[in-house]
Order: sequence, then C-alpha cells, then structure tokens
Amino acid sequence: MLEKILILLCLSSALAEQPCKPDASDGYKVRLSIKTALGDEAYVWNENEMFLFRATLAFAMRSHLNGQEFDVSNIIVCDETPRVTFWFVVTSPLNTSGLVDKGVVEEAIRMSRNRINSAFLLTDKTLEFIGITPTLTAPVNPDTPPWLIVFGVVMGAVGAGIIVVLVSPLVLKKRKKNEETDEDEEETGVKAVENGSTREGVYNMSFSDDERLTQM
Amino acid sequence: MKLKLPNPGLDDRIPSHGDLEKMEKEEAGDRPKWDNKAQYLLTCVGFCVGLGNVWRFPYLCQSHGGGAFMIPFLILLVLEGIPLLHLEFAIGQRLRKGSVGVWRSISPYLTGVGIASMLVSFLVGMYYNTIMAWIMWYLFNSFQDPLPWSQCPLNANRTGLVEECARSSTVDYFWYRETLNTSTAIDEAGGLQWWMVLSLVAAWILLYVCSIRGIETTGKAVYITSTLPYLVLTIFLVRGLTLKGSIDGIKFLFTPDVNELMNPSTWLDAGAQVFYSFSLAFGGLISFSSYNSIHNNCEQDAVLISIINGCTSVYSATVIYSIIGFRATQKFDDCMGNNIWKLMNAFDYPENNITDSNYNEVLAHLNQTNPEIIQGLELQTCDLQSFLSQGVEGTGLAFIVFTEAIIKMPVSPLWAVLFFVMLFCLGLSTMFGNIEGVVVPLQDLRLLPRTWPKEVFCGLTCLISLALGLIFTLRSGNYWLALFDNFAGSIPLLVIGFCEMFAVIYIYGIDRFNEDIEFMIGHKPNIFWQVTWRVVSPLIMIFILIFYFVTQISKSLTYLVWDQESENFPTLEARPYPSWINVMIFILAGVPSLAIPVFALFKFIQNKCCKKDHNDFTVDTISAKIQMSDKMKFTQLDDRLDQGPHVPRLA
Repeated sequence: MLEKILILLCLSSALAEQPCKPDASDGYKVRLSIKTALGDEAYVWNENEMFLFRATLAFAMRSHLNGQEFDVSNIIVCDETPRVTFWFVVTSPLNTSGLVDKGVVEEAIRMSRNRINSAFLLTDKTLEFIGITPTLTAPVNPDTPPWLIVFGVVMGAVGAGIIVVLVSPLVLKKRKKNEETDEDEEETGVKAVENGSTREGVYNMSFSDDERLTQM
Repeated sequence: MKLKLPNPGLDDRIPSHGDLEKMEKEEAGDRPKWDNKAQYLLTCVGFCVGLGNVWRFPYLCQSHGGGAFMIPFLILLVLEGIPLLHLEFAIGQRLRKGSVGVWRSISPYLTGVGIASMLVSFLVGMYYNTIMAWIMWYLFNSFQDPLPWSQCPLNANRTGLVEECARSSTVDYFWYRETLNTSTAIDEAGGLQWWMVLSLVAAWILLYVCSIRGIETTGKAVYITSTLPYLVLTIFLVRGLTLKGSIDGIKFLFTPDVNELMNPSTWLDAGAQVFYSFSLAFGGLISFSSYNSIHNNCEQDAVLISIINGCTSVYSATVIYSIIGFRATQKFDDCMGNNIWKLMNAFDYPENNITDSNYNEVLAHLNQTNPEIIQGLELQTCDLQSFLSQGVEGTGLAFIVFTEAIIKMPVSPLWAVLFFVMLFCLGLSTMFGNIEGVVVPLQDLRLLPRTWPKEVFCGLTCLISLALGLIFTLRSGNYWLALFDNFAGSIPLLVIGFCEMFAVIYIYGIDRFNEDIEFMIGHKPNIFWQVTWRVVSPLIMIFILIFYFVTQISKSLTYLVWDQESENFPTLEARPYPSWINVMIFILAGVPSLAIPVFALFKFIQNKCCKKDHNDFTVDTISAKIQMSDKMKFTQLDDRLDQGPHVPRLA
C-alpha cells in the first residue's frame, strides 16, 4: 500500500515537472542581457529577480484574460543557464495540469510588453522572447516636412534680399536726380576739354572748376 | 627660349604703361574695383578652395601612399600651380579685362581661348550648382531630431523595414532613394523630382542675389563664405580629436608608402589635383585680378594664395580623416559586438565572458569543438583597415560616409548643420568665380546690347543654367552629373591652361611680359619664374594632358549604378554607357577645346576675305572706351583751339 502511494506521489511530481522543458510546444525561451543594457548599474540575476519575472508574467496573463486569476505558481520556469536564459510555460488556473496555448501567451506578452520591459529596466532587444518579434515603432513623420519650413524661411530671406538689392540703387538714383541741376551735367562735358590743353599737369577732375576760371 | 611668334598690332590693342598710369590716377570709374586687398584675397582664396579640397584631396592622399603623396603634391604645386597662378594674375592685372578681352587683346586669333574658358565655366557652373542644391537639401533636412537619414522607414505592411534600406544602410537609402530617387540607368530618365527642383531653384536664386552686381555684392559675401569653412573645420577638428578612433584615421591618412612614388598615376593625379584645385583656366581669376590697382604685387598674391590652398587641403584632409577614423572604429565595434552577441547566444556564455581581446581564441576553440554551429552563425570578418578604406571621395564622402559618422555623434543635428553650412560656403565662393567667368566674357563679346545692366546678364546666365540644369533633377541626374564632372571639367581645362601659357609666353612675348611685371611690381621676375614659365610648366601640362587623354580613351566607358537587382548590391555596379553618350562626351569635352582652333580659323578667314583694317581690332571693352573717348576729346580740343577763343556756355 505504502509503495503504491509512493509511486503515485512520484508520478504526480514527475507529471508536474514535465510541462516545462526546453523546446516545449507551448513554452517560450527568454533571454535577458542585463549587463549589455545597464553596464555598470547591472543587477545580479537571482531567485528574487526570477520571482519578479514570474509575477510580471502572471500579471500579463491576468490583464489579457480577464477573469482568470493567474498566480505566480502558474508560471513554471526551467533550464536556466549562466547566460540568463530559461524556458517557461504557463499553466491554466482552472486546470493545473493543462498548459495555456502558445498563441494566447504570445498575445498576452505583446499587450504588456512595455510593462514587462520596464519592470526589469530593459528593452525589446535586451529582454527577448524568442519567437515573439517586437512590434516596430514607426519613425516619426510630421505633417509638414521640416525641410519645407526651412526652405520657405531661406527663400523668404533671399527674396527680400533681391528686392533690396534691386530697388536700392533706383531709389538712390532718383534722389540724386532731384538734387542735381542741369548745370552740373554740362560742366562734366566741359571739364574734359579744358584739362586736355594742359597735358603736363595732373589730370584731376575735381579741381577743374578752379582751373577754368583761372584760364579765363 | 626666345621663340616669339609674330603678332602685329599688339600695341594698338593694349593700353601702354603710360595709359595705365593715367587710368590709375584718373580712377576711371566704369570698371569695378575691390574695396580693399582683403576682399580680393578672400575672393581668390574662396574661388580656389572648394569642395575638391574637402572631398578629393583626402581620398587621393590616402589612396596614393598617405604622407608620401605630399611629395609629388608639393613639388607640382611649386612647379605648376604657382607659376600658372602668377601668370593669370599678372596678365589680368596688366590688360585689365576679363578672359575674352585679355586673349583678344593679345591676338584676335586667340579669342577662342576666352570663349573656351567661358564655355567651360558655364558647363562646370551648371553641375557644380546642382551639388550645391544637394547640399542645401541636406542642410534643410538637418533641422530635425532624429535626422532623417538615421532611420529606415517601415514597409507597407509595417512588419519590417523597407527592403532596400534593410539591405544597404539608412544613409545609402536616404541618399539614393529619398534624395536622388535614382533610376538604374542613364537612359531611364524618370521624371523631374520636385523636391530637387525646389532645391536647385533655391541654389540658383541664392547665387543670383549674391553675385547680382558682380564683385560689389560678392565682395561683401566672401567675408563670410571664405572664412566660415575654416572656423567649422577647426570646430570639427576639436570635436573629432575627442572621439574614439580619430587618431587611427589620421594615422591611416598619413602613413607613408614610399613605393607609391614609383607609380606614374600618383604623379598624374597629383598634377591634375594641383591644376583643378587652383581653378585655373576658368577665366575667373583673370577677371578678379583685373580689378586690382596697377601696382598691386601679384607675385606675392600668387605665392600667398598657393600656400593657403595647399595648407587648406592638408588641414581639411586631417579633419575629414579624424571623423572617418571615428566612423570606422564605430563600425568595427558594431561588427565585433554583433559577432560576440551571436556567439554568446548560441553557446549560452554569460555576458562579458567574450570580449574583444579573447574573441579570437574563443572562436578558434569553438571552431574546433563545434564547427557546424559556427558555420551556421554566419559571422562577419571585422577588419578596421577595410572600414577605413571604404570608398571615400566625392559625393559619397559627404553624403554617405560623413553623414553616417554624424548620426553616431551626440547632438547630431548641430554637427550636420555645421558640416553642410561649411560645404555650402565652400561651394558658393567657388560659384562666384564661375559666374564671373561667364558673365564678364558675355559682356565683352557684346552679343547682347551693352546698355543692359549687369543684373540682367547675371540673371540671364542663372536662368539659362537653371533651365539646362533641370537635367540633373531627373531620376538619372546623378549619372549625368558624373558624366559632366568627368568630361567637362577635365580635358578642356588642361587644353585651355596650356594655350594660356603658350599665348602669354610666346605670342604676347616673354620679354614684354617681364617688362610689364617690372612696371607693375617694381622688379623683374627672377630665374625661377623664367624657367617655369618657359619650359617646366608647359611641359608638365602637356604630359598631364597626354596621359589624361590616353587613360580616358583606353578606359572602357562605364559608370556606376545603384541597382537593387544587381548581385553586389549595395555596392555600386559598373555598367557600360549607351552608344549615344559619345555625342554628349564630344559636346562636353570637344566643343570647348575645339573652340580655340575653330575661332582662330574663323578670324583668319574673316581677315582674308573681308580685308578689314587692322585698326578695327582696337579694343572696344568698357575700360578702353574711356581711354578712347579721352583721346577723341583731346583731338576735339585741338580743333577748337584752332578755331578761336573759347566761350563758355554758362553765364
């Protein structure tokens, strides 16, 4: 009798351990790269961290399947390596020997991926669920491309520059025309003729007025 | 060598020394003048120092034996660059005209040289400003964080990155797809890319506003465009030296390999680089120095500008390679990190068990124990030297390699803006010289009414260049630009440069030239100038021209395409040109070069059949007009004095 009870106990405990093994059909491999992510501030992976992981995963299952009360004991972990990788399977709270389907686990993890990552201060790359590809974040795409804005600013400045450069000499010319009288314009014509007679002198237009009077 | 070809009527065509002194004192106002010497020097330095100093010289230096390349470069700088520069400065200052005017004064048969200069300036200006448009596009895109060339866009299903981007790299994708939207062959024109057209319009309008009145406006602009690049280079040097791996880059650049000196192509490339780097034969330098006062010391200027140009090349090579060293080290670290990651994950080693130092031993050990797993991992070989020597010249350097380095630096948008502003200033100051080389001959040729103001000439040039430059905004635009760069900006310049030398020394006459220089700067040019002008520089030019010609002819005409279907993607694939490209090559290289003999022939025929008077060849350009009108007034006065007492029209 005692032997039968012992055999039953052994069987049941064996059965309990069988669900989690490497390459389990409903399990996932997890890989953590804590030192890569955190460098000097890396924490040591120990039993407590593993407990946190199981608790976080139970939280993810609870959030996804509303109503079913997943507990830490429903997350079974095995095959830990020094690399910090391990396999896990999720048992259903309604039926302790039955495993939750792979697809359901995947959806639960996808939904709460951000929360799981931040619980461990890791990212999609450093906390990997082998087989669950992270959803890619789309690159930021503003409505108006920023380059058009800069282009507009530059063209505006350049356009203003063209107008200033083209208009300013016309404005100056107009101003000069109003000030000058006809006499001034005639004098210029006479000046050159006057100074031509004194070839040995220095040809200097600004003093031509005086020379004219002197010669007369 | 006292060879001098007969040149009748030369004295009638050029102002004599006495006339020059008079013009200097009168300050005859029609010809523009520099505000001060600094403006002139900055403009010339800006014209000479261009994009080639930043992206051609470092590549040549590194690929031809590093520090050893300095030897042929410096030797040819002294024997070829400085004499030619001095020659152009002196002849422009003496004859006081733009390129067409100068050569027409020396001999009417040489007008073709000036016209060839104008054509080359026009063609080069067309494609050079397209590069400016690309720089502006990148500059406009630098005002955002993260930079657009740091990320791949997602594909349509949002399941992964766009395939083209994932296979090549983010910077490649941004350059070839989002900027150029390049097609796979030069015949596949594609359509006009509207964003490129906008950038091109911006580039030409900006150039127009800066050069609208010739040196009056460019003279003000060069205070910024010529000095800013040096400031930015210094900032980059300081930044670069604080980055990891920069010293490797500088060491790679300057490590001498003396065996390269035996290779003739090293000397050929050095000679070509010196020649193109000085922007000789474009006609712009002749124009610029013609605005100087007659007694300006052009010898000093030539030596000074040559030294500045050479030093800038070396300085920018140092800066560029410090950043390239940083990029190569980053890529090497990424490559190693990737391999270590794969090994760690495959064999479940704890993190930091495999480091860079023990990687090789661990790999060897694992290869012995589990060779099949190692095979399956597809580890890449990481070699720092190969990363350092990745194709780093031309647009590839600026838009692919350097942009990649920038995204790895902290505060990337700042560095991107600084870098592209520097490139923009370098290019803009060179474009000033190009525009000068087109507009002034256009005015001198009197094809359009002389009463039109300079603004109109400038505007027309910019407008026509913009219209024709739209070809570079097609999808195949990049291939067209490479074609222009290879053929329009190479052989014609060498031909024109040689003709210039020959014309001044043997047609104008070295004796007369020596006297002119003695008149201008006070002493005759010494034996160095005599030897280089008469013998050494023309010989070097001929050698380079012949070798260049031979290598171009013997090379099969291929060009590099970006083709996703090719086997070596993302490496560019060499494809032969279609046969009709030979017509284009003839137009680009042949027409300017042939303009010289064709025009000489045309003038000869005109002379013989129309039997015009030699007096008609007297110069008709603006500065001479004043001279002529003064002469006329002197003769009028003589007539009047004969008539009787002079009665003033006033009072």
